[in-house]
Amino acid sequence: MSRDTQEFIALELLSTGDGALIEVEGPRATTSMRHRRAPLTRPDEQFRILDAADITSGPSGSGVFDRDLKASGWPQLKPATLDIFQINLGKLCNMTCRHCHVDSGPDRVDENMDRETVEACLCAIDVSGAHTVDLTGGAPELNPHFEYLVDECVQRGKHVMDRCNLTILTVRRYQHLPHWFAERGVEVICSLPHYRKLGTDAQRGKGTYDKSLRALRMLNDAGYGQGDPTKPLTLVTNPVGAYLAGSQASLEAEWKAALATNHDVYFDRLLALNNMPMSRYLEWLMEKGMVAQYLEKLVNAFNPATIAGLMCRNTLSVAWDGTLYDCDFNQQLDMTMDLGGTRPHVSDFDLAAWRKHVIRTERHCYGCTAGAGSGCGGAIT
Amino acid sequence: METYYKPEHLPRFGEIAEGNKELADAFFAYYGKVFQDGALSAREKALIALAVAHTVQCPYCIDAYTSACLEKGSDLEQMTEAVHVATAIRGGASLVHGVQMLDQVKKLVM
Repeated sequence: MSRDTQEFIALELLSTGDGALIEVEGPRATTSMRHRRAPLTRPDEQFRILDAADITSGPSGSGVFDRDLKASGWPQLKPATLDIFQINLGKLCNMTCRHCHVDSGPDRVDENMDRETVEACLCAIDVSGAHTVDLTGGAPELNPHFEYLVDECVQRGKHVMDRCNLTILTVRRYQHLPHWFAERGVEVICSLPHYRKLGTDAQRGKGTYDKSLRALRMLNDAGYGQGDPTKPLTLVTNPVGAYLAGSQASLEAEWKAALATNHDVYFDRLLALNNMPMSRYLEWLMEKGMVAQYLEKLVNAFNPATIAGLMCRNTLSVAWDGTLYDCDFNQQLDMTMDLGGTRPHVSDFDLAAWRKHVIRTERHCYGCTAGAGSGCGGAIT
Repeated sequence: METYYKPEHLPRFGEIAEGNKELADAFFAYYGKVFQDGALSAREKALIALAVAHTVQCPYCIDAYTSACLEKGSDLEQMTEAVHVATAIRGGASLVHGVQMLDQVKKLVM
């Protein structure tokens, strides 16, 4: 039974892009750059800012990611095996977090995956051999085809991950999801930057922490976070500022103790991610005058031991319109997968071509190789 | 302007090995071990270090352990409480000597 008793207040009515209206409430730490028509929405502007930083550290001393790979014994970054099929269902979100690399928000109603592309994803999943389907966004639950896609993947025997912002589970229309997920064994991967309110609300918007705890209790009530391998509850933390993620194992022990003692809330594992110097996090770094300092921190912490486990080597990233990328970060920077020639689309997915292709990198990639490494699966080493 | 404290000295800390590598190596190995997860977590140790840094008023240590505390998962409220612990002990250490003063006064006055 849900302990969630707060009255629902509809703050906004949003179009889903399918002609339907949905009620959405959500904390807001900022607005989307797209909404503000900020120049930084353009990938070329983001690359210009990153490339302007003078970098002399790292294995090659050049600040060129590919050269640092080469100096570390990786002349070409190529895929390993395709384990994870990641789909970004759209940029629509009830929240507007300060650090969002997708520049998501409630205004991004037009960029939502349609049914035809969902079907193309399912065909590609069948030929990909991936054991896991990783659903992200925006808030992926806001896509009208979300439940259909999850059901289809579960029926195919795939492990399904939902990257959940937690607060969406407190919105009336989505309150059934914890039990719905539990019935299907969906892994729920939840963003919660800190186990205390101060940092969480600073990054994700006032009120996020209280709503997140309510959502975590709903998940606990549905059987999540109790050590049951069919109902795994994973939390994701990322620094609330310009520093690197701490030791994942050490943080996990602290978080488990703190959430259990202070709130009687339980989860199974913690992933610690670095913030990528792009999109709204880059905007924040610029406001603080810390772009070069943060990049230097990432490059100084370049760890060659992370390269083999980089997520771009075992993950495929599909955008809402079906375009293929090496990762969700490249997706937001519109660095399409290099399969030669035209813009690669999920409806043309060819596993043999994927195995042979070379992964595209830029300066933001230093976020994944810093320290213990970072990616959608957390620390690498 | 010339000052005694220079921020660039912190990242150069390792250069202290120039005069005696053996002692420096021993010190840094010990230092690294002290701050590992143990009976106390690395986060708790960083909070203690932050409090001590304020007590010895070392600007290098304050910068270093502000970052370390954040990286290890502490927030501003927790770090401020750690600094107040240092402040309470420093203040208390002065105040408790007041009992010596009190005894001395009682000896000297009518």
